[in-house]
Parts: sequence; structure tokens; C-alpha cells
Amino acid sequence: MTAHFPILQVIIPLFAAPLCLFLRIPRLVGVFAIFVSAAAFLISYGLLQEVITHGTISYKLGGWPAPWGIEYRIDTLNSFLLLLVSGVSTVVLLASLSSISRELPQNRHTYFYTAYLLCLTGLLGILATADAFNVFVFLEISSLSSYTIIAIGTDRRALAASYQYLIMGTIGATFILIGVGLMYMMTGTLNMYDLAERLPAVYKSKTVLSAFGFFIVGVCLKLALFPLHLWLPNAYAYAPSITTAFLAATSTKVAVYVLIRYIFSVFGIEFVDMSLPLGDIFLILGLVGIFVASISATFQLNIKRLFAYSSVAQIGYIILGLAIETQLGITATLLHLFNHALMKAALFLAIGAVFYRIGSAQLNHYAGLGKKMPLTMAAIVAGGLSLIGVPLTVGFVSKWYLVVALLDKGWWPVAVLVLLSSLIAVIYVWRVVEWVYFTPPRIITEEVKEAPLSQLIPIWMLVLANIYFGVDTRLTVGVSKLAAQSLFGVNL
Amino acid sequence: MNIIGLYNYWIVVVLMLIGFYIVIAHENLIKKLVGLTIFQTSVFFLYISMGKVAGATAPILDENYQIYSNPLPHVLILTAIVVGIATTALGLALVVRIYEAYGSIEENDIQVQDTHDRLECQLEAYGRQKPPTLFDQETN
Amino acid sequence: MLLSFLALTAIAITRMGDLFAVVMLSGIYSLLSASLFLDLDAVDVAFTEASVGAGISTLLFLATLKLVPRYEKKSRYKPALALGVVIVTGALLIYGTLDMPHFGDADAPVHQHVAPRYLNDSINEVGLPNVVTSVLASYRGYDTLGEVVVVFAAGIGVMSLLMVSQRTKARALTKVPADMQHQIILRIVAKMMLPLILIFALYVQFHGDYGPGGGFQAGVIFAAGIILYTMLFGLSLTQSVIKPVFVEMLTAFGVLLYSGVGIVCMILGGNYLDYDVLSHDPVHGQHLGILLIELGVGITVAAVMITLFFKFTWRTVKHKYNQ
Repeated sequence: MTAHFPILQVIIPLFAAPLCLFLRIPRLVGVFAIFVSAAAFLISYGLLQEVITHGTISYKLGGWPAPWGIEYRIDTLNSFLLLLVSGVSTVVLLASLSSISRELPQNRHTYFYTAYLLCLTGLLGILATADAFNVFVFLEISSLSSYTIIAIGTDRRALAASYQYLIMGTIGATFILIGVGLMYMMTGTLNMYDLAERLPAVYKSKTVLSAFGFFIVGVCLKLALFPLHLWLPNAYAYAPSITTAFLAATSTKVAVYVLIRYIFSVFGIEFVDMSLPLGDIFLILGLVGIFVASISATFQLNIKRLFAYSSVAQIGYIILGLAIETQLGITATLLHLFNHALMKAALFLAIGAVFYRIGSAQLNHYAGLGKKMPLTMAAIVAGGLSLIGVPLTVGFVSKWYLVVALLDKGWWPVAVLVLLSSLIAVIYVWRVVEWVYFTPPRIITEEVKEAPLSQLIPIWMLVLANIYFGVDTRLTVGVSKLAAQSLFGVNL
Repeated sequence: MNIIGLYNYWIVVVLMLIGFYIVIAHENLIKKLVGLTIFQTSVFFLYISMGKVAGATAPILDENYQIYSNPLPHVLILTAIVVGIATTALGLALVVRIYEAYGSIEENDIQVQDTHDRLECQLEAYGRQKPPTLFDQETN
Repeated sequence: MLLSFLALTAIAITRMGDLFAVVMLSGIYSLLSASLFLDLDAVDVAFTEASVGAGISTLLFLATLKLVPRYEKKSRYKPALALGVVIVTGALLIYGTLDMPHFGDADAPVHQHVAPRYLNDSINEVGLPNVVTSVLASYRGYDTLGEVVVVFAAGIGVMSLLMVSQRTKARALTKVPADMQHQIILRIVAKMMLPLILIFALYVQFHGDYGPGGGFQAGVIFAAGIILYTMLFGLSLTQSVIKPVFVEMLTAFGVLLYSGVGIVCMILGGNYLDYDVLSHDPVHGQHLGILLIELGVGITVAAVMITLFFKFTWRTVKHKYNQ
């Protein structure tokens, strides 16, 4: 049974999604989805253990050997992210039962859960596969279902946002398709590890460089790297809360994974260094992205939009770690991937809980909620502190590693800029705090109560995880270091 | 030789660019989707062209033929075509809903309405004291 | 030359403001592409492009145009930035072509590495003459599963976006005639054609192992038959024969069948989608597996296409009724 783990964690949600249509009773479907996601989570936990003790696992789909058939290959890097995606998905689903019933008409619930599970399938599939074209297929599964779960709500702006995402996402996917095609053209193979073996022979080829360019731009569209982030703020702001929590925590992270995988495992860092000043480009885009997005965040009135812009800024930090191109830098990137997922999931779930009670995500409607919903608000503050990078939170850990990596490389001006940018985070988080605790409510809202337990529990699970992994960093730092080592080990 | 050998690819590149141009330059939501279709179809040519072997026949095994074209790009493109129609269908459904909600399928009209909504929220929050900043309009 | 026609069509599309014409031209573009694919030995691809690109896609665009304005607003159109982006992309692409293996070159890497095994050994390993089907359904069967899931995901998306309440349906059902109610000749011809179309679909479905065809094409053709019927005889009549809920379940059933075959393979001791274990003889097992998964593909594709059409048509009905 354990031999089938690599495929099972993708197949379980894949098989479960169409089953949802047969179940049809909304509540039942919701509970079913939780169990499915939890099963995927347990399997990915098993996979992580297996990979740490026994090394990389390869799984041949259809029983065909690698370059002819499709291969799944699990190593430290992707098992770490599999764990993250399935874990966050499970916790978010826990909160979904009540949240969805508030935000969606009942006849759409089944569709929502079906699309949600498909999206999960797609994301897990991208992480597990070792086949370049398979990435494209699963990318499209996750994208099409994310367009659905964004647009499914009642806000009309979600429709326009979803359309914009669809156009930009499809352009990105088509660029990836061009990239894969050109790579295939020069090597005759689609398997990533086979590609890695065959690409060095054609490193000098202009076609490979062009392939690399298209692939990188395509993936950067998906991960919303500044200035390709335009689809993100609206998509996150107007989607149902559960969608936002799930996508914010997972989908861009998976795109970052693809980027890392291709730069390090497929093309190899030597090629990248030789052909393109990618490090410098990432450095500049990352830094500009951090500042522009953070400053935009301080002007937002819609709290979901505010944190969506902050997500774009966080992508900047993640890319910055990549730009350093050292083992420490990658460790910082991976840590921040994990940690940022925890923060954003907690924040957006808490915002969802507020929406559940007051039906709004406008900051001015948050006035006075500090007294009415103390636990939820405390969660938002904790998430905000983590975003800033206050000690004892996960945000501190990853910023610390990032700054250390920057100093190690000798880029102290960049390190200073990173610290400065944290000050902007202080400003936007403070704006939230100001509305919540220090502004008298203009409208008297007597009936507003604390969020229901079904939402408080998942929120606080994530908040506690934020604090736990901020103190006890053995698992996250350990695994990130291992993954970073293996990424460099392969290519040195 | 060089020119002739690559001529096919260059036309394909031009087709791709036309499609891509339609997607990003036009405001009409339907036309953008048409552009996307053209863009994708042209990428399919790239794949299928590379699978062609001069003098070969379709990869259906038969005793009368010896050389076949490469079947793998065909398989990949079959998949990609179906992915393309799936995306188009979903996009069109979104367009229908957008038209019902906004009364227009021009990107600009939609953005204007969205900005208007946001400004009203600002007004509600801050009253007249703090007019919406320039920055907000830029980052819509 | 076909390619020049394609370029002309594409340029015409950018210039036109009448969306109806644009959609028609894009249909033509698809048809031309299909002939070009045929020219390049990609028969299966040509078949699919003709049925999907020129058929279903055009149909969906037209169905949408019934619901939205027909003309593009002019002068809203800022080409400078777009042109810049396009030129950069184009430059990168042209730059990339410089080192490409030449068109038709048999020594290109793509013909040397992975593909030879498909061409030489698939007849022994999978046992089908159509190599495209072997690769599609067996060697890369998992991609095809993914593709069916993509279709299913799109189906779910459209179902959730274009829902029509039972109330509207009940009120509208009796009052909406078919659009082409009075086209007697068309109706009679269609009646004669329908069984032929459906039989052809089944032929394509089960003959894909030997000639071009398979689940996708069959599914699309089957759906086209039903859609033709609906257009001529009205939604209410079709839906009294085929219940929409049933079709929705079929979309899920195809995916279940496909992934279910994979799970059965696992239970029988093979890897996921390893059809060898389905029977005592591996080649026979491959046959059985491919037959079943192609059926799954056909069911999902046909059901999703029919659902898409129903949903768009219901939307039209709803609009009419509301006015």
C-alpha cells in the first residue's frame, strides 16, 4: 500500500470530486470533502517520513518506465509542499461548512466542493509529477477549478476578477506550453530528470534559452510576480472567503515550487547563470514588488484587498530568496513559502469569520469589533504580527533567514531594504488595528457575536501553528535545509 | 537552406503573435477569447510541425509504410485542444454572467463601474474629509 | 498555401468589429488548421480540431453572442503597449527558432529519443495499430485522465455559473418553442441524420484503436447529434428524453470510470493505470483497459458538451422570458 502513496494522494481527491455530484446533499458533501482532504494530508505526512528516511521515491504510472511513461517523483522538496497544501486545505475545509452556507446559495455548494477538490487535485498533481507536460495538464485542472471557485460567489466583481484571471492564467499556461514544446524539440523527452540529463548538451542553443524564457514568464504570471500580479488582488478580494484562504495559501506557492524545480532540477543553476542575469532580474522585481505592493496595501479599504496586496509583497520576499542563489537563500525561500501559507490562511479565515458575522470586508465596518469578536480579532492581530515578522512568530523566522542569507551573500543594502519594507507592513497592519480597537463604531451592531466554534477552531489551529513553528523550528528549518541541500547537491 | 527549413516556424510565430495581440490589445471580452483560441491553435502548429518527418505518413502502423511521423506531439496536442475548449467554455460562461451583472462586455466599462463602487465605499468610510487618493485609481 | 490563408484569416479577425463575423472567421481558422494538421500527418489532431475547434467552440461562441451585444465598441483600443509586448515575445520566439532542427528533418532529437519506442514496440507492448491511441491511452494515459478531469472541471464551472432555477424552468418550459420550429425540411433531414450521427459516433468511439478517432472525437460527435436535435425540436422535447440531472451525473461517471480502471489496476497488483494486470495476457489487458478508459472519455466529453449547450440555451430562454 505504501508503494502507491505517491499517486494515492492525488487520486483520492480526483476520484472523490466526481463522487460529490452523486452525493448531492450539501452538508454531506462538505463533510466528505474534509475526510478526503484529511486522507490526502495523512498520506503526504507518510510520504514525508518515507522520503526523509529512505530518500527519493519514484512511481511509474501505467507501469511504463520513465521517459516513455509519466513518472511521479517525490523528494524532500515536494513532499514538504504536499504536506503544506493538503494540510492547509484540510484546515480551511473545516471552516468551510458554516462559512460557505453564509456566502453561497445552497444549490451551489455541491459544485463548490467538487471544484475545490479538483483544485486540490491539480495542485497536488503539479507537486508530485516529474513530467513536464503533465505539469501543464494539472496546472489547467487547478486553474479552471480556481476560476470556478472564485466566480461562484454572489459578488459581481468576482466574475470580472475571475475572467481577468482566466485570461492571464491561460496566457501563462500557453507560455509554459511553448516552453515545454521548445524543450521537447531540443531533447526529445518530457521527463524532467531526463531533460536535466539531456539539456547540458544543448545549453548553447538559442532555442533552449527561448524555452527557458517562455517557461519562466509563464510561471511568473501564475505566481503573480510583480508586475504580472494584476489578476491577484481582485481575484482574492471578491472570491468567497474560503476560496481566498485556500488559494492565497496554496496556489501561488505551488507556482513558486514549479519555478524552483525548473531552475534547479531541470535547467540547472549553471545554465541559468550562464545565459541570463536571472538573479538580478528577480532581485529587482522582488524588491520593487515588495515596496509597490506594500504601499498599495496601506491604501486599501477592503481588508481582503489589503492582505491580497500584502500577498504580492510576500511573493517578492520569496523571489528575493531565489535571487540570492545560495543554499541559505533557498532555505529562506522555502521557509517563507511554508510560513506565509500559514499566516495568510489564518488571516483570510479570520476575515471570513468576520464576514460570516457582519457580511462585509470593509475596514470601516470593523470599527468596534475588538470588543464584539475578541478571539477573531486577536487572530487577525497575531497574523498581522507574523506578517511584520515580530519575534515568536513564523514571520520572524523566515525574515531572519532571509536577512542572514542576504548578509552572507554580502548584499547588506538589500537586507536594509527588507527591514525597511517591514516597516510598511507595520503601517498596514496598524491601520487594521486602529479600525478594530480604536475607532468607535458608527453603526450600532448589537447582535454581532463572536464567530462560531466551527470557524474559531480552524482559525486558532492556524494561529497556534504560526506561533508553534515560530518557536520550534526544527521541522520547518530542518526540512527546508534538507530540500535546499538536495537541490544544490543534484547540480554540483 | 536555413531560411527554407525555418520558414514554416516563422509563419507559425506570426500567427501566435496575432492571436496574442488580439488577447491583450482588445477590450471586448469575446474578442479576447477568440484571440486566445487563435494563440493556442498556433502553438499547436509548433508542436505538430516538429513531429513531421519528411516523406513520412500518419502514425497508424501498416505494412505498406516504413516511415511514420512522431506520434508524441499529436498526443500532447490532442490534450491541449481539449484543454483549450474547456477554457473557452468557462470563459464564455463568465462573459454571459458579466454581461448580466454589468450590462457590458467591454473591459473598460467594467473597470469604470468597479472603481465607482470602490470610491463610494471610500466615501462611506471617511466622509468628505479624506477624498480618495490618486494612488487608488492607479492600482485598480 | 494554407499557412497564408491562416494568416489572412487571423488578420481579418483583428480588424473586424462585428463579433458574429469574428466568430465565423475563427471557425474557418479552425477548419483551415485542421486541414493543415492533416497535411502534417496528424490525423487524430485534425479530426479533433475540426470537431472541437470548428464545431463545438464556434457553437458556444454563437450561443454566447445570442446573450450579449453583437458589436465591439470601437476606439477603445490602446495598441501601443500591447504591440510592445507582442514584439518582445515575437523577438524571443524568432530568436528561439534560429537553432531549431529544420522542418521535416528526420534526424531531429524528437525523432531520436523517446518516440522510436512508441513506433517500434507499441504493437507488441500495447497491440494497437494506431500509435497515437497507444500513447494517448496507455503510455501517457495519466495525461489523458488529467485532460478528462479538465473537461469535467470546465463542466462544473459552467454548471455553477449558469444555473437556472427550477422555477424559471417550469414557467418557461411550455412557452418556449424551438428556434427552428418551422424549418420542415431541416427537421426531416435531421431526423434521418440523427441515427446516422449517433452510429458514426459509436463507430469512432470503438474504432479509435485502428484508425483515427477515439473517446474525444466520439464524444463530441455524439454531443453534436443531440445538439442538432435540440436546436430543431426544442429544449423541452430533448430534455424530456434526456434528463439534465442524468447528463450531469454522466459527466462525473466518465471520470469515475477512467480513474476507477486505474484503481482496479492497483488492486490487482499493478501500478496505477497499468492495464497489463487486467487480464492474464498483458496485451489483452491493455486492450480491455483502453476500451474502458476510452469509454470513460467519451461519456464525460459527450455529457459535458451536452450540458454546456443546455446551460447556454437555458440562459437564452431565461432572458427571453424575463423580457
